[in-house]
Amino acid sequence: MGRALERKGFLVFVAWRELRFARGRFVLIGTVVALITVLVGFLSGLTAGLASQNVSSVLRLPGDRLVLQQPANGTPSFSTSAIDGETVVAWQRADGVTSVTPIGITQSRASVGGVEPVGVALYGLPAGMPDAASNPLLELAPNRDDEVGLSAGAATDLGVDVGDVIALTGGEYTVAAIGDDLWYSHTPVVVMTPEAWSGVSARIGGTGEATVLSVTGTADWESVGARTGTSAETPLSSLTALEAFRSEIGSLGLMIAMLFGISALVVGAFFTVWTMQRSGDIAVLKALGATTGSLVRDSLGQALIVLAAGIGVGIAVVTGLGALVSSALPFVVSPLTTLVPASAMAVLGLAGAAFALRFVTTADPLTALGSNR
Amino acid sequence: MIELQNVTLTFPDGDARVTAVDDVTLRGENGTVTGITGPSGSGKSSILAVAATLIRPDSGRVLIGDTVDAGQLSRSDATALRRERIGIVFQQSNLIPALTVREQVQVMARLGGGTGRTRVASLDARVDGLLDAVGLIAHADKRPHQLSGGQRQRAAIARALVHEPEVLLVDEPTSALDQERGAEIMRLIARLTHERGTATLLVTHDLVHRDALDEIVTVVDGRLLGPRSASCERPSRAEIAR
Repeated sequence: MGRALERKGFLVFVAWRELRFARGRFVLIGTVVALITVLVGFLSGLTAGLASQNVSSVLRLPGDRLVLQQPANGTPSFSTSAIDGETVVAWQRADGVTSVTPIGITQSRASVGGVEPVGVALYGLPAGMPDAASNPLLELAPNRDDEVGLSAGAATDLGVDVGDVIALTGGEYTVAAIGDDLWYSHTPVVVMTPEAWSGVSARIGGTGEATVLSVTGTADWESVGARTGTSAETPLSSLTALEAFRSEIGSLGLMIAMLFGISALVVGAFFTVWTMQRSGDIAVLKALGATTGSLVRDSLGQALIVLAAGIGVGIAVVTGLGALVSSALPFVVSPLTTLVPASAMAVLGLAGAAFALRFVTTADPLTALGSNR
Repeated sequence: MIELQNVTLTFPDGDARVTAVDDVTLRGENGTVTGITGPSGSGKSSILAVAATLIRPDSGRVLIGDTVDAGQLSRSDATALRRERIGIVFQQSNLIPALTVREQVQVMARLGGGTGRTRVASLDARVDGLLDAVGLIAHADKRPHQLSGGQRQRAAIARALVHEPEVLLVDEPTSALDQERGAEIMRLIARLTHERGTATLLVTHDLVHRDALDEIVTVVDGRLLGPRSASCERPSRAEIAR
């Protein structure tokens, strides 16, 4: 690797040989980088998995904005939102609004043949919505009030297939379709007609009113929201109205951010001490005619090699173990959970190593002759 | 050839300035070892630092090969000059611990950052010959901690000469060696200077190895007492006291 870099004109002549000469120290820091990468990778995969189990169905909701009830105090919440008929009409009549679709979301339990019920998320969605053919959530919407569409997770948990009958809060529904794996707040999605959903909502103590509006158009969202006591957010920003998602992502995101910071500090501290130890050598090389730029490239190249090796091993471990555990845990192995954190680790690690460069740039070649004259 | 013309160098000392080199004019001819001697703190290493472009003099000129005023170069130009036309041997060998003897010499090709394959290839081709000349070819794959003090200094000499500099600057090369090995090093420097036509300035605190010197100048309190041949006597106490 070092030879290849040298051939390409990248100056790691000294750096590469130092890596071999002090291999114990560099293996140690490489191992630390690899371990941090494993931690970051696992947390990223777990975060993505948990996020998917929280919001994958919400992200499939159609419309430019999702409208939730705005409480007098506090922030909107999917679980407590209720949109009455007047509000629906107000949004339908608002300037710039082209379509409004009332949608119901609640959580309940479903069972088959009286066996142990499983928790499910119930969506009330009208059939035949635009984009239904390409939207895995919308395509589950049944045509009849006595039918349901099941996500793959719900079908698996309930052990049913198309044509089977499931029980929901006292009613029985025929499985009309089974689709992709969609989740809402850690429960698999079941889709029914808005009318059927309203009935179920009433039976489990709800108002029977829609909980969210899917709105398309170019309205003055804030103005209409303020007038109707609602809050209109993009589907992505509306995710903060999911309490479970907010708390999980907040905690895990904080841990990941801290690990990023720790990795930058560890790498920076290592290369600072290492560069201080070799400041005499740097002064000698400068005295012999080495440019500061070449020494900076040499030092950064050294850090890059260590980071690439450590991060590469870490990501390989995450990918391998992630594939093994993804059937038992909500774990996602994807470029977002591997390459993105790996890149961030590399950038932050180099930033940490760059902190040590001041010892390279300030090394005085005169000291190579001896400081006492 | 290297020539210092009326070079003066001062250092800050509190609110005042202390003169380390006082109006020194000195010429080192090609193929000649010029010894710079004098008591500790007399300014001889400061003269070497100015000649090496490691520090810019307050006044005066430093000519390398009649043309370049090294004393007025920018930092980057001075670095390039050292890389291409000046060789330096330090008091301690100052070898890089991670590099083998062969790599210590090869590293000179990479100092500029741009390697230049032809330059590297031609330089690498000279390395073994030079290591043979300094008697280290059998130790080419050893690292500094595996060498004796004399061998380390030989490696440093090879490193300083591999890019065929016009000027060789040597700072107390025998200070860490016993007399026998010191004499060997001095003879080696003299031989290579004569063979290669290098203008060598060599700082030494005593004249035990004067036979290896072609010219000797003595520095006292930053001033030159005057050139003399190597066979001359040491400066008198009265001369030094002046």
